[in-house]
Amino acid sequence: MRKYSVFALVKEAMRSHKGWEPHWVSPEPRSSYDVIIIGGGGHGLGAAYYLAKEHGITNIAVIERGWLGGGNTGRNTTIIRSNYLYEESMDIYEHSLKLWEGLSQDLNYNVMYSPRGVMMLSHNTHDMQSFKRHINANRLYGIDNEWLTPEQAKAFCPPLDISKTARYPINGAALQKRGGTARHDAVAWGYARAASDRGVHIIQNCEVTGIRRGPSGEVTGVETSRGFIGAKKIGVSAAGHSSVVMQMAGVRVPLTSNPLQALVSEPLKPIFPCVVMSNTVHAYISQSDKGELVIGAGTDQYHSYSQTGGLQIITHTLDAICELFPIFRRVKMMRQWGGITDNTPDRSAIQSVTPVPNLFVNCGWGTGGFKATPGSANLFAHLIARGEPHPLAAGLTLDRFRTGRLIDEAAAAAVAH
Amino acid sequence: MLLIHCPYCGEDRSELEFRWAGEAHIARPDTISAISDDEFAEYFFMRDNTKGIAWERWRHIHGCGRFFNAIRDTVSDKFLLSYKAGLPRQPVPGSEPAAAPAVEGGVA
Ligand SMILES: Cc1cc2nc3c(=O)[nH]c(=O)nc-3n(C[C@H](O)[C@H](O)[C@H](O)COP(=O)(O)OP(=O)(O)OC[C@H]3O[C@@H](n4cnc5c(N)ncnc54)[C@H](O)[C@@H]3O)c2cc1C
Ligand SMILES: [Zn+2]
Repeated sequence: MRKYSVFALVKEAMRSHKGWEPHWVSPEPRSSYDVIIIGGGGHGLGAAYYLAKEHGITNIAVIERGWLGGGNTGRNTTIIRSNYLYEESMDIYEHSLKLWEGLSQDLNYNVMYSPRGVMMLSHNTHDMQSFKRHINANRLYGIDNEWLTPEQAKAFCPPLDISKTARYPINGAALQKRGGTARHDAVAWGYARAASDRGVHIIQNCEVTGIRRGPSGEVTGVETSRGFIGAKKIGVSAAGHSSVVMQMAGVRVPLTSNPLQALVSEPLKPIFPCVVMSNTVHAYISQSDKGELVIGAGTDQYHSYSQTGGLQIITHTLDAICELFPIFRRVKMMRQWGGITDNTPDRSAIQSVTPVPNLFVNCGWGTGGFKATPGSANLFAHLIARGEPHPLAAGLTLDRFRTGRLIDEAAAAAVAH
Repeated sequence: MLLIHCPYCGEDRSELEFRWAGEAHIARPDTISAISDDEFAEYFFMRDNTKGIAWERWRHIHGCGRFFNAIRDTVSDKFLLSYKAGLPRQPVPGSEPAAAPAVEGGVA
């Protein structure tokens, strides 16, 4: 792999950029692999990368039915933060945040991680109590999170309307300064490039249609649209389609797949310095480096695989955005899309062994798993390589729905981003 | 936005009047305090999350307030049939009677 650097850039500039190589190679699949990862989103590609880098397993294929990052990796609003309530969540999201901080260097690929601060608006007494509880829990656990007065919130984000007569008045905010955003596609591409460089096969346009099992029930490989491919171990990381894939092995998972939408505006000059979320009126917003306002909406109430959502959902969000930031009322929206998110009953992820030997699952990241990409991938690699979870992910078992040891982030935050 | 037929009101109304209420025909075990943890997990948490034709419950919450069942294609989001609660799992319109489902519940 050719290293990216300022010298490489200068050299290519002098020869009309004719020497750049493809980011990753797309080889013909082998007849079998040590590990097959199903799903070429950030989580799956990252798991392959860390398996190769940290566990010395390189005979790996990542099998993706569409194109890399065509799932939720390329559809999300890229909010990154780690100020969740429960220790199980803080463990994995903080592990992830620490990896984000060095990810561009590690991958030699600019993922444009931008710790510009994530500010969550509080609108009422309940919000205030809940946010302060989060802040205290986070700080006791060594994670930054601070309380701002409305005036401090306005100073941090000037377009915010904090007037007392606002439709959705603000009585404070919680700010995680290390939170921020990253470039979604770059995360998929960066992991793919670095994994490919270590020998991982990246196989796109190949749908897994079945999981084959051996005499003692263990997995032996996958049926795909390009034929059977053998595998000693399989890791499922298929986001909204995780339950569909798991059913191929006869494993039931407690997931509901819901459409979640986002939209972007016409590009504007830099005006919005941070990320703002409001769980109560359900809106979240940031500005991309291209200048578009990136706005996240809510999920549809019903389960669906349509990759689209109801117009009333985004209208509702835009109502809220226009009230919080009156300055944006005349901005035109350019594009809207939906992704299918895999939601668990407690709104925490599942990263777990399964009743099927050598089948591992990483799912349930729902509406908020982009931020978890490096951490989840890193710990999923550990789970696949060792056959048992890393201590930081030990609570995310599938078994918790039997034992009752839920991680109830659903109650802790109305939305999960 | 979905257009949903309420079998009680006999009208097609906008989704805003309705609340989705999950998979249909899941019966609460009669012996809920006696069942095992596995059985409870299966009843309470595990869902088919079907890609394709799904049987589900809806509630006409801002209309007559009643629960009913519907058949919907979760890929196209098209409704194929709405039917009253208490009726057994209905076959997909225009198809052969549906194969007996694995677990048939009572009124869900
Ligand atoms: C609109 C929207 C906004 C969001 N905003 C945020 C946010 O601000 N912050 C945040 O942290 N998270 C956010 N999320 C959630 C986040 O995007 C997901 O949790 C995360 O991307 C899941 O990562 P992934 O890489 O596993 O998923 P994906 O990128 O979806 O990867 C799964 C892949 O599996 C493939 N696949 C499925 N079935 C098969 C099969 N049978 N064979 C082969 N391949 C298969 C799919 O094609 C897909 O590419 C948002 C999601 C959406 C939709
Ligand atoms: Zn009705």
